Amino acid sequence: MSDILPKFSRRAFGRLALASSVAAIGAAYRPGQALAAAPTGQPIKVGILHSLSGTMAISETTLKDVMLMLIAEQNRKGGLLGRPLEPVIVDPASNWPLFAEKARQLLSVDKVDAVFGCWTSVSRKSVLPVFEELNGILFYPVQYEGQECSRNIFYTGAAPNQQAIPAVDYLLSEEGGNAKRFALVGTDYVYPRTTNQILANYLKSKGIKDEDIMVNYTPFGQSDWQTIVSQIKAFGAAGKKTAVVSTINGDANVPFYKELGNQGVSATDIPVMAFSVGEEELAGMDTTSLVGQLAAWNYFESIDTPENKLFIKQWHEFTKNPKRTTNDPMEAHYIGFNMWVQAVTKAGTTDHDKVIDTMIGIRQPNLTGGVAQMLPNHHLTKPVYIGEIQEDGQFSVVWKTPSTIAGQAWSPWVPETKNLIGDWSKPISCGNYNTATKTCIGKKHV
Amino acid sequence: MCRFSQFLWAGVVCLLLAFSGVRGAAADEFSGLESGQFNTIADTVSAMVASGNPQAGAVIDALEKRHLVYSPAGGVFIRAGTTYVDARTGQSVQNIPADLKPVRMNNHVRQVLASATAELELLSPEDAVRLKAATQMYAQHNPAMLPVIHHALEREKNSHVRLKLEQANAATMLAQPVQPGQEATRLAAVKTLGSAGDLEARGLLAVVAASDHETPEVRKAAAKTVSSIDLKQRVWSVLQNAFYGLSYGSVLLLAATGLAITFGVMGVINMAHGELMMIGAYTTWLVQQGIRATVPWLEPVSLLVAIPVAFCVCGLLGILIERGLIRFLYGRPLETLLATWGLSLILQQAIRSIFGPTNIAVITPAWLSGSWMLGSVDITLNRLAIFVFAFLVLGALMLVMRKTSLGLEMRAVTQNRRMAALMGIRTPRVDALAFGLGAGLAGLAGVAVSQIDNVSPNLGQSYIIDSFMVVVFGGVGNLWGTLAAAMTLGMGGKILEPTIGAVSAKIAILVLVILYIQRHPRGMFPVRGRGVES
Repeated sequence: MSDILPKFSRRAFGRLALASSVAAIGAAYRPGQALAAAPTGQPIKVGILHSLSGTMAISETTLKDVMLMLIAEQNRKGGLLGRPLEPVIVDPASNWPLFAEKARQLLSVDKVDAVFGCWTSVSRKSVLPVFEELNGILFYPVQYEGQECSRNIFYTGAAPNQQAIPAVDYLLSEEGGNAKRFALVGTDYVYPRTTNQILANYLKSKGIKDEDIMVNYTPFGQSDWQTIVSQIKAFGAAGKKTAVVSTINGDANVPFYKELGNQGVSATDIPVMAFSVGEEELAGMDTTSLVGQLAAWNYFESIDTPENKLFIKQWHEFTKNPKRTTNDPMEAHYIGFNMWVQAVTKAGTTDHDKVIDTMIGIRQPNLTGGVAQMLPNHHLTKPVYIGEIQEDGQFSVVWKTPSTIAGQAWSPWVPETKNLIGDWSKPISCGNYNTATKTCIGKKHV
Repeated sequence: MCRFSQFLWAGVVCLLLAFSGVRGAAADEFSGLESGQFNTIADTVSAMVASGNPQAGAVIDALEKRHLVYSPAGGVFIRAGTTYVDARTGQSVQNIPADLKPVRMNNHVRQVLASATAELELLSPEDAVRLKAATQMYAQHNPAMLPVIHHALEREKNSHVRLKLEQANAATMLAQPVQPGQEATRLAAVKTLGSAGDLEARGLLAVVAASDHETPEVRKAAAKTVSSIDLKQRVWSVLQNAFYGLSYGSVLLLAATGLAITFGVMGVINMAHGELMMIGAYTTWLVQQGIRATVPWLEPVSLLVAIPVAFCVCGLLGILIERGLIRFLYGRPLETLLATWGLSLILQQAIRSIFGPTNIAVITPAWLSGSWMLGSVDITLNRLAIFVFAFLVLGALMLVMRKTSLGLEMRAVTQNRRMAALMGIRTPRVDALAFGLGAGLAGLAGVAVSQIDNVSPNLGQSYIIDSFMVVVFGGVGNLWGTLAAAMTLGMGGKILEPTIGAVSAKIAILVLVILYIQRHPRGMFPVRGRGVES
């Protein structure tokens, strides 16, 4: 990281033409360049397992691009252990069994040392046994429903307590509008169902009654939201401040928000808090009627830090498109990749077992300020931000957690898992350790 | 040059520091805007309106348009193009600080802002503006607004606005905490709200009915009114669902009419039909972008321009597909299925390569956004437009089929290709035109769908199954069947959805269609006659 900084500052400042500062920064940069001799030797292979075709290509292609950018950057800095990094890209085509096949190919044929990939929970669930069997390393960059903790997976996206719970806390708070009724609306698959189960239990613990929680699921790609929006409107007419928590997936969001606008539901009446609407999704929407709608993430493109500015600039240069947005899963890959680089450097080898053990405790600055730390349960510490959609399709941060939050693999709000923790450090070394009975359940993930 | 500007900035900063020192000493009603705290900003806005400061209107207007900026060092400015006006004095400023940021906004501030605007608008000479403001007051029922509403009521002459103001008064009154000796006024307020009878009134009355602070009399009246509103709403909701069903049905109808030509009339299983719709939607986007770049004043009607353009683009593409691919496969429906499926993948990937994999934003013009309230039925304008459009398209298509020579030739060719050829009809030309017509109709459907769904390379996939379902269910080769099937499926889905949920409704409809097709393999309106092969 320290090497990227001067290089890009040099570019940025160079154009502004202040000869003296260029000289100063140039001097600071030279030692780094001398160190960064062209890497030689056997390349270290990095697997990229993201769908480049099919329905998920819309989100995952970007993550492939950001990985290529990070790898190119690392190579420019001298590679890793003096060896060059080589990306190995496969296309699992949004097809879950194919994910497992491609993962097997990456690990046993291409012999990659780390894999960055997957988006949907179902793709992660299908590759998990492969990574455990062949002792691979997977970095998974997307917020998810939790309730899993594998030694071979590093979860660099948010767990429910790093997104869903703080988001609901915000809606319950005075500042967030004192919501007393909740419509949990989602696409019908594992992530929304598990998240909503956790949220419903959490809300009940906060004194919200059963009749004040409405749960509604829709098929993938739902395009006709008329009935559901009018149901939400009617649900909000009980005289209590109502909020919608949306776990609606990708494509279906556009017609959902359009219908909200059409039926005159504005963010000031019934705010919608979304967990999977980011900058990339907004880029395809007419955002005028969405102003004020909310989203909870650990990263927003609009957050004003020098690291983030540099990252965005680098991204625009790499993609040669100044309009490409950045988003939360991209930051997760950025953190995960740099942590892996650190761990390999520290371990002095790419040996999987050694790297997995070294990963715990590694710290890496976030793009939004603050530091992410890899916890013994293979989750990160993360700050949580609530953003409001602006007319320009960006989010303005209206609230953030006072400090970073440690990711929980197992939710205390699900009765079956409330005593479980994951801890891959010695002496426990277990993904599902029951703190009440002091036993490890073993190779069982749910 | 650089040095000079640096010097200048230093001067500005110094000046600013000097000013902020002065201001810091005497915090005025504007300084809350500089705080960056949402609650303080909101309080400042309401205080400013209440104070009657002459600058209030301009400040609120600027804040709403996001033209209000502040410097953390002190100073609030209104941006007007490239120049700035001091919000406190209304005078233009020359030396603008460098670190200007927009005054922060969140939903709380937006809410306060909405009532502030409504308050200012209640004084407007125009009835429509006052009515809008009164409606806003009614929806927000903020007790702090009570004096304003009373004041407005005293002067209001227009009966519509007056009625709305009375309802706003009643709502605001009931939203206030109970004070002793208010029973009569509160009962009257409950009655007024009962006459409004909408969801907002129901919400307020539900709170009153459940409150421990109200007298039993008021609670009882409120509970009674709530149940009468509920009853009324239930009746309205039947009509509302009927509208949803019709509008959903008209989307299905639009998606299916093109297919009814290619599949129903020509016997080609066109799996690329959805992709033709997608291309229609992308054409709409291109037309919008083109108009925005060249003749911006035409922007509101760009959608109307897109209709013929999309029809022609998709129609020509259809003719190209027919000449290049389909014509070799007549009489072999399964091969057309495979070939057009491959084509659909190619088209999808082509669009993905040209426009990128992400969604693109097709703008819904202002005249198509929002809704009309017909009693308690919410008629959304874009859906209404699609409903009308679908019937216009179907009507035009029927005219073409019945009244033009092309229609006659098409019917002749489908009934008996050889005899038609012997009669001198150039069957290849008719085939090409018929397929082009079907493709053009898909393009029209694409224009419509761009207004309600997201426009991405995957757009077509979500409509292809529905379209085939409609055509098969309605009876292959019959436009009336297509109409009846689209409306039946649309209505059926929307009647089932509120009770069993969207996922189950979709499954239930599929099961019902399967059962029906088993009984009546030729669909609702089977084609009869000698031309039909047994």
